[in-house]
Amino acid sequence: MYIIVVGGGKVGYYLTKSLLEAGHEVLVIEKDVHKSARLMDELGALVLQGDGCDVAAMSQAGMSRADLVVAVTGDDEDNLVVCQVAKHKFNVPRTIARINNPKNEKIFRILGIDSTVSSTELILSQIEQEIPSRSLVHLMTLRNVGVSFIEMEVPPDSPALGRPLRDLGIPDDCILPLIVRGGSQAIIPYGDTILEAGDQVIAVTSEKSEEKIRQIVYG
Amino acid sequence: MRVVILGCGRVGAYLANMLAEAGHQVTVIDKNSLAFNRLGADFPGKTVVGTGIDEDVLRRAGIEQADAFVAVTNGDNTNMMSAQVAREIFGVKRVICRVYDPLRGELYRTLGLETICSTTWAANRIRELLEG
Repeated sequence: MYIIVVGGGKVGYYLTKSLLEAGHEVLVIEKDVHKSARLMDELGALVLQGDGCDVAAMSQAGMSRADLVVAVTGDDEDNLVVCQVAKHKFNVPRTIARINNPKNEKIFRILGIDSTVSSTELILSQIEQEIPSRSLVHLMTLRNVGVSFIEMEVPPDSPALGRPLRDLGIPDDCILPLIVRGGSQAIIPYGDTILEAGDQVIAVTSEKSEEKIRQIVYG
Repeated sequence: MRVVILGCGRVGAYLANMLAEAGHQVTVIDKNSLAFNRLGADFPGKTVVGTGIDEDVLRRAGIEQADAFVAVTNGDNTNMMSAQVAREIFGVKRVICRVYDPLRGELYRTLGLETICSTTWAANRIRELLEG
């Protein structure tokens, strides 16, 4: 694959090295003259000094034959524009953007960026898993279809205790495929299953019903 | 008309004053609070400090009630991203975006963004004057 990396900071540098090791053809574009000179010392002709949002620099980089463009500068707006220009001007089939503000994920998705990676969000999700708070843990999010896999621990004072699942008012676009009881017993629940305190509940839910299922379990 | 202007440079400040004088409700956003000095002491509108690609900042500036959004910071990418946030997330009806780079301006125009390229505009005007 021919992969163009825009942004030659630490992320861009290690990404480029890893992709080269994996046998890909890689070019990294870096705007800063000093940074790109340092990169050239090590990577030679695989570095292009220029503005990765600039159409001329992109042409020079052979953007139109790239299979993938990865934008990993420190600025969300630059990463967005890199991916949009790559997609709409050069018809690059796949674009990946790094985002810093997790809230920007939505706008990137609406605007057609194929994948986003947010280190802020990744660290946040780690913290969610570490602290025994009442928040639900995101196991996985399928962005394209707007579905999340989440995990919740049923608290001792949960309003969901003592009633079968079918009576809890669980939204239609949310299902509970698995309950883990006592840390070891796997239960595939039905409508008459009753939750117990301490149960680990896995839910597959649309983004809009996430808050509703949280209320059902945590009150 | 309720207008949110992003960027309080020369263009942003001049436009803000012009629109406010004409009786429009104007809010100006800039990441540097000192930039608001350009508005002058009598500016009747609102000012908000923050970066314009942040939804929370735009919300504080009243983007949800705005009839128009204008992006005139000195960063093309900031202007193009915030303009798209205004249009796609907040559904602002009239969104105008200033860019310096003619090629990027052209591309975003084809994507349906109302862009003003001050570079080509000024160059064309100067040429007209020279060639009479």
